[in-house]
Amino acid sequence: MKSKAEVVVIGGGSTGTSIAYHLAKLGADVVLVEKGYLGNGSTFRCATGIRQQFTDEANIKLQKYNVERWKKLSEELEYDVNFKQTGYLFLATTEEEVEAFKQNIKLHNKFGVPTRLITPEEAKEIVPLLNADEFLAGQWNPTDGKANPFKTVFAFARKAKELGAEIYEYTEVTDIIVENNEVKGVKTNRGTINADVVVNAANAWAPIINEMAGLDKEFIPIKPYKHQLVKTEPLKEGQIEPLVCPPAWNDSYVIQDGEDGGVLCGTGLEHGPTYDVTPTYDFLREVLKWATRIIPALKYVHILRQWAGFYAKTPDSNPAIGKINYIDGFYIAAGFSGHGFMMAPGVGEAMAELIVKGKTHVPLDWEWYDPHRFERGELRSTAFQIG
Amino acid sequence: MSEKGERIICRCNEVTLEEIEALIEQGVTDIEMIKRLLRIGMGPCQGRTCLPMVISIIARKTGKSPDEIKLPATRIPIRPVPAGVLVGDMNEE
Ligand SMILES: Cc1cc2nc3c(=O)[nH]c(=O)nc-3n(C[C@H](O)[C@H](O)[C@H](O)COP(=O)(O)OP(=O)(O)OC[C@H]3O[C@@H](n4cnc5c(N)ncnc54)[C@H](O)[C@@H]3O)c2cc1C
Repeated sequence: MKSKAEVVVIGGGSTGTSIAYHLAKLGADVVLVEKGYLGNGSTFRCATGIRQQFTDEANIKLQKYNVERWKKLSEELEYDVNFKQTGYLFLATTEEEVEAFKQNIKLHNKFGVPTRLITPEEAKEIVPLLNADEFLAGQWNPTDGKANPFKTVFAFARKAKELGAEIYEYTEVTDIIVENNEVKGVKTNRGTINADVVVNAANAWAPIINEMAGLDKEFIPIKPYKHQLVKTEPLKEGQIEPLVCPPAWNDSYVIQDGEDGGVLCGTGLEHGPTYDVTPTYDFLREVLKWATRIIPALKYVHILRQWAGFYAKTPDSNPAIGKINYIDGFYIAAGFSGHGFMMAPGVGEAMAELIVKGKTHVPLDWEWYDPHRFERGELRSTAFQIG
Repeated sequence: MSEKGERIICRCNEVTLEEIEALIEQGVTDIEMIKRLLRIGMGPCQGRTCLPMVISIIARKTGKSPDEIKLPATRIPIRPVPAGVLVGDMNEE
């Protein structure tokens, strides 16, 4: 193991591997440490969804940019991450929701996201198995999509290594070395790595890392909430390609896996804060109640697997991204709630540019994601949650 | 052996010995990553047939002892169940 680097990135999920790749691309000497295998945190448990349909300017702009990045990512990383623009379809059950959809659409369109209002009949054309009678209208953006989280993390890591980064799996950070408010490196269970820059990309575990650096655990109050998914046996391609979600039905959603065609079913039921990832039966009943109402034919489809992971939530469900002013050289990108996978390419790029060049061309609103906003008691409007 | 002379290790997702060996040769030796890149153990059988074979392939190719290679997590349900049964909505059947 190397004992010295310019930058140490803590956490090997979609965020950490993206940051490491982008740093290596800019010529930085970077080491990434991950306590388990790459992706074992939230990333390998996510629902694969990538959307621009947020309800605030900062997230819409960042995600519009991110979709442009996703489109070229396989080519850039020379590895197919299986990105597909199969869309996101939200469904309204009341007139009030239809009105809210119209407002959202206006905002999306203002920033160039081509969302539009569609009829239940049009929705049924997009998702042939949909129980369209239950809905009044759809909020449809065909340019949203999905990608394979396993391949994405692998591809970022592979390319980062090709560009000179070192990645140490099964290596746990146990302490952060800080002297005179300057970061000096990290201690791990396999030895010390000296570095002038350390990036906390540990998401659900980020407050523990902050504490190691001498910060209050509540300074950035990220809490782990257990969210779960079930996956069915494969269905013929094209049956439920977009992510389909009636928000009024407890934020429940269904989406066909872009690779094997199995259907991922999720719902808003959450447990926590907790670091426990045991799947629960109440989830199974809740999620299937809604999933079989959205797509009645799912009743006849076999459930193959259920698992749990974390939404690493901040009080406004927006991540903390940026520099921590109390400690020179200490950065964070964590607290991504239910939408960190989709943000990975742009967030990694922006962080790397911030570290190496002091500024970035990525349209990431640093003020919006400011890690110091919580201690000022200054929250953003709650980021729209689903997948 | 399949028609093309390939040896199928994971029957659910049709993964061959050749694919697994090629990945290990590229340096991917962790069963968790091999599982996810090739989708072994992720089909309806939950890895019952393929995972022990994959472990012995990794052991042989990397010189590790099979005991050092931990099985990936087993996911519930152990056997596939129709969603309708779980929501108690298959009465008409
Ligand atoms: C059920 C579910 C569905 C979801 N659906 C979507 C979706 O459709 N779209 C989407 O964009 N997002 C989704 N998400 C959210 C998404 O999974 C996360 O926001 C994203 O994976 C965060 O990535 P990350 O790299 O920041 O964190 P993680 O993947 O959690 O990575 C953090 C890493 O840090 C490591 N670590 C922690 N402590 C240490 C230490 N001391 N030393 C070394 N390493 C350490 C961990 O082991 C972990 O691997 C979903 C999440 C869940 C649970």
